[in-house]
Amino acid sequence: MEFKTILFYLFSAITVVAALRVITARNPVHAALFLVLAFFNVAGLWMLLQAEFLALALIMVYVGAVMVLFLFVVMMLDINIERMRQGFWNNLPLGALVGLLMVGEMAVVLSGRYFGLANLPPQNMPANYSNTKELARLLYTDYAYPFEIASVILLVAIIAAVMLTLRGRKDNKAMHSSDQIAVKAKDRMRLVKMSPEVELPAVAAKEGE
Amino acid sequence: MEAIVLPFVEGLLGPLWPAVKPVWPLVWTLVKIVLILSPLLLSVAYLTFWERKVIGWMQVRIGPNRVGPWGLLQPIADGLKLFFKEVLFPTAADKKLFVLGPVMAIAPALAAWAVIPFSPGWVLANVDAGVLYLLAISSVGVYGIIVAGWASNSKYPFFGAMRASAQMISYEVSMGLGLITVLMVSNSLNLTEIVGAQSKGQFAGWGLGVFSWNWLPLLPMFAVYLISGVAETNRAPFDVVEGESEIVAGHMVEYSGMAFAMFFLAEYANMILISAMTSIFFLGGWLSPFGFLQQIPLVGVAFSNGFHWMAFKMAAILFFFLWIRATFPRYRYDQIMRLGWKVFVPLTLVWILVVGVWMMTPLTIWK
Repeated sequence: MEFKTILFYLFSAITVVAALRVITARNPVHAALFLVLAFFNVAGLWMLLQAEFLALALIMVYVGAVMVLFLFVVMMLDINIERMRQGFWNNLPLGALVGLLMVGEMAVVLSGRYFGLANLPPQNMPANYSNTKELARLLYTDYAYPFEIASVILLVAIIAAVMLTLRGRKDNKAMHSSDQIAVKAKDRMRLVKMSPEVELPAVAAKEGE
Repeated sequence: MEAIVLPFVEGLLGPLWPAVKPVWPLVWTLVKIVLILSPLLLSVAYLTFWERKVIGWMQVRIGPNRVGPWGLLQPIADGLKLFFKEVLFPTAADKKLFVLGPVMAIAPALAAWAVIPFSPGWVLANVDAGVLYLLAISSVGVYGIIVAGWASNSKYPFFGAMRASAQMISYEVSMGLGLITVLMVSNSLNLTEIVGAQSKGQFAGWGLGVFSWNWLPLLPMFAVYLISGVAETNRAPFDVVEGESEIVAGHMVEYSGMAFAMFFLAEYANMILISAMTSIFFLGGWLSPFGFLQQIPLVGVAFSNGFHWMAFKMAAILFFFLWIRATFPRYRYDQIMRLGWKVFVPLTLVWILVVGVWMMTPLTIWK
């Protein structure tokens, strides 16, 4: 058996186990961390397919950013696990349907040769073949407009998400840097002039004698 | 380097060589890993010592000077002390994740060194997607802090974890965008080729390589990258994650002994990593700044390209890290976020456009 084959089975076994643990783990934080493990192993599988850009982008975007924010939210929530499990049987039919659909699609893709869909490029690439460069060339030349349009749609989605959640609160205490920089010493401190000694009242002066 | 070692090993093993041959690539990779990691861990130990000395001098103190000559054995003593201390587990902690936290902190800090070239050919894995690999690995580093903070099941570590996740994601963005200009001008993602691209140009031809490196044409990006690097490693003045006066030590509050030392190792290994990356991306790696001085007899050798320049540049950047720690007060949290998102990100986006236009005009200096 080739070393690559051993690696493939190792990565896939860990991916399957981690993916199962994502849905069976009782603690949501553990589930999120198992999802991270699954992502890592999928990245390893993609690396075996010589798709190094996709593999590293998966780690950078999903593991490095999306899952960090996901964990951030999951940790903040005080999740009642018992209540989350209540709807299991009600939601099962819909979930099973979606699952079956996905299995069917995967089957069509994986057995593409049987369905006459196999249109994969030859596997034997020259030594200086760079997946990253090829992807960039396609994205920025042949598919430049679709790529730009997709980016703009994403940008619109980002701005919309911010606008939907942005409510100006009346008790907002956020400070503005420009106001802070514009502050002069006069605005913050009042110098009071007073004489260093105070004349004692006449009565006190008499007692002192 | 393998070409020099291989005949020697073959001769040494003699008849046993055929038995070793199938596993030789594995053995050789392990040897290279040891050759990279042991000097790295030694540098980490002496970086802590240097830091204490430098900060001491800046504050008109002497710094550690009791253990060994000039206090040189201090980091060894510290290490031994931490090694023999007990690792305590808080009762309400999530035990498995509590152990996993320090491991997840140190693993990316060491794994990133796989693609760092120290000199032409002196690299564990000379991969084409080196920059991508570094970005991917360094984005994973935050997990150690988050997991440790959550698993401790305590207030201050949790605050530290939340601050860390927000801060490190913010500054990764500006670091990544800053690197885009570097790969635009170097036309490669391979670290060795990025250094090679900096050895070309008008000034390099005159032997004044220092003006051909990326730091000069990409000066704003150099500044952004350096400052983001400080924020990314949670060093002062961006050390709100472990701000002593606010949240004691952040995610490390509940850790003791070797588990605590792992976070320290990770932090300092990351500092050295950032300094190596900055010298490769912006300061010409192992290239000599004044190549024309090579003609001087005897001392000229020092002005040829080589690892010593890389080490010198890394040391200079590390000194910068220590220097600003002793100089600046800690940033306020909202100011950190403002600097990352409202200053650095727009600046990098504009500079990508500027460099792109510059490269397309006849004035381009990158051919």
